Amino acid sequence: MEKIHNVYSDEKIYKKLLEDKNITIEDALDNEMVINMGPQHPATHGVLRIVLRLDGETVVKAVPELGYLHRGYEKMAEDMSFIEFIPHTDRLDYTATLCNNVAYVLAVEKLAGIEAPKRAQWIRMIVAELSRIAAHMVAIGTFAMDVGAVTMVMWTFRERERIQEIFDRLAGARFTTSYTRLGGVAADLDDVTLKLIRDFLDSFDKELNDMDSLVLHNRIFIDRLEGVGILSKADAIAYGITGPNLRASGVEYDVRRANPYLFYNEVDFKIPTYSEGDSLARYFLRGDEVRESVKILYQCLDKIPQGEVMANDPKKVLPPKTEIYSRMEELIHDFMIINYGINPPVGDSFFSAENPKGELGFYIVSNGEGQPWKMKIRSPSFCNLQVLSKLCEGAMISDVIAIIGSLDPVMGEADK
Amino acid sequence: MEVKELIIKKVKEGFGETNVEVVDALGDLSFTVSKDKLVEFAKFLKTNSDLEFIMCKDVTAIDWATRKKRFTTVYHLYSFKLNFNLRVKANLDEEPYQVDSVSSIWESANWYERETFDMYGIDFKNHPDLRRMYMPEGFQYYPLRKDFPVLGIPGSLPLPQKPE
Repeated sequence: MEKIHNVYSDEKIYKKLLEDKNITIEDALDNEMVINMGPQHPATHGVLRIVLRLDGETVVKAVPELGYLHRGYEKMAEDMSFIEFIPHTDRLDYTATLCNNVAYVLAVEKLAGIEAPKRAQWIRMIVAELSRIAAHMVAIGTFAMDVGAVTMVMWTFRERERIQEIFDRLAGARFTTSYTRLGGVAADLDDVTLKLIRDFLDSFDKELNDMDSLVLHNRIFIDRLEGVGILSKADAIAYGITGPNLRASGVEYDVRRANPYLFYNEVDFKIPTYSEGDSLARYFLRGDEVRESVKILYQCLDKIPQGEVMANDPKKVLPPKTEIYSRMEELIHDFMIINYGINPPVGDSFFSAENPKGELGFYIVSNGEGQPWKMKIRSPSFCNLQVLSKLCEGAMISDVIAIIGSLDPVMGEADK
Repeated sequence: MEVKELIIKKVKEGFGETNVEVVDALGDLSFTVSKDKLVEFAKFLKTNSDLEFIMCKDVTAIDWATRKKRFTTVYHLYSFKLNFNLRVKANLDEEPYQVDSVSSIWESANWYERETFDMYGIDFKNHPDLRRMYMPEGFQYYPLRKDFPVLGIPGSLPLPQKPE
C-alpha cells in the first residue's frame, strides 16, 4: 500500500506517466472515445463492423461498415444461366436456404412464364415454412445468447437440428440445399419425410413453450430488452424496414398476405404485430411467427395433392434424368437448356417473397438470352441494417449488442 | 387491372400526360420520367393523397453498355394504401452520369444510392453521405459496369505487405 502511494506522490514519475500517455485527466473527462466493434466479433452475427463514438458508456454516433463478405453475386449472376445461379442463392441468407431457393425460382418463373405443378408448389410452401422456423430458431437462440441467456441457444439449435435432418433427407444436404428447380422441385416428398415433419411439429409446440418459460420469468432478460432500441412506425416505413422488424413496430405488412404467392391465400394464418417496437417486441414477434408457421405447415400437410413435381414444358424445364439417357428428344432439350439457357422474353420483372428476415426481392432484366442482363438482389438484412445507427444513438454500449441481435441481420445477405 | 388504371389516371392528371412514359409488361407497372423531373415526380408520388407511395424498397441502376443513354436508374416503391409495387425509371445520357438524390424524400434511399454509386459510379447529387458501400475506399473501378471483367482487375485491390 505504502509503495503504490509513493509512486503516485512522486511528482517526477507521475509527470512521466502523463507524458507517456500524452493525455491529462482533464482531457480524459472531456474526450469522446471512438471504438471499433467487429468485423470479427461474436455478437455481430457475421462480419458486421460498427464504428462507435462514445461519451462515457453512451453511444453518440454509430456508423455500420459493410462489405467484409461481399462476393459480388450480382456480377456473377450476369455470367451464368438462370439454373446455374440456384446454388448461389443458398449463400445469401445461409440460415434460411430454402426460402431463398423458393424466392429465386419464383422470380425467374414470373419472368419466363413457367408454372410449376400444384404438388411442387405445396412442397415449396412446406420447405419454406420449415426453413422459416429453422431461421427463427437461430435468431431467437443467438439473440438470447447475446444478452446472456446461453442455455437458449442449445435448446433452439437442438430443434433446428431436427429440421436439418428433414432437409438432409429431402434435398441431400443440410445447409446447401439447392432443392428447387425452375418449374418444380428436385425430388418428391416421400412418406417417411412427411412423417418426420409431422413428428417434429407434434413435439415442437411443447419445446417452444419451454423456451419461452426459460427467459420470460428472467428479470435480467426482460430488463435488458424492454424499451431498448425503440423503432417508431413512421421510421420503420421511412427506412424501408420489412419482415418481423416492421411488424414489431405495428405495421401489419406481410408479403404472404399482401401479394400472395404459391398457395398462401388458401391457408389460414394470422399476422402477429406488436405496437411497442422495442427489442423485446421483436423477440416476441419471432416466437409468434414460428407458431403461425406451425399452423401453416399442418394445413399444408393436410392439403398437399398427389401428382408431378416438375412441369412438362420441354423448352424451359429440364426433363427427368431417366428420359435424358434413353430418349433423343429429351437429350436435345437437356443440351439446349444447359448450354444456351431458357431464354425468357425481353423485359424486366420484380418479384419479392417473405423471408424470415424480411422481403427478399429479385429484380431481373432480361435481353432475351440465357443469362440475365442484370440481376439485383433486394436483400432484407441490408435494408434493415440501415436503421441501426439511428437505433444506437443515445443507447448504452451494451444495448448495441441487444439491438443488433433484435434486428437479426445475416451478413451473407447484407453483403451479397 | 383496376389499381393499375387508377394509378395511371391519377399520375397523368396530377403530373401531366407528356411527362411520363407508361410501360405495363410482365405484370409490373413502370413509369419512365426524365431525370430533371425525377425528384418532383418522387415528391408527387409520395404526397399525393390517392397514391401515397411512402416506402422505397429498392434503388438500382442498369448499365446498357452500348446504348446511347448508357445508364438507367430504377426505383421500386410501395404504397400501403393501394397495396401496390411501382417501378420508376430515369435514363441518364451524358457523362458525368449524374442524377438528383431522392434520399431527402425516402430515408431508405440513402444506402441504396450509396450501393448504386459504389457499383455503377453514378453521382447522386445532394446525397448526404455518398461513400462506397461494399468496396474499399480508394478502389478505382465500378464493378457492376459491363466493362469491368468478371474475374476482376489484377492489382486493383492492393494486398497488405508481407512482414520481413
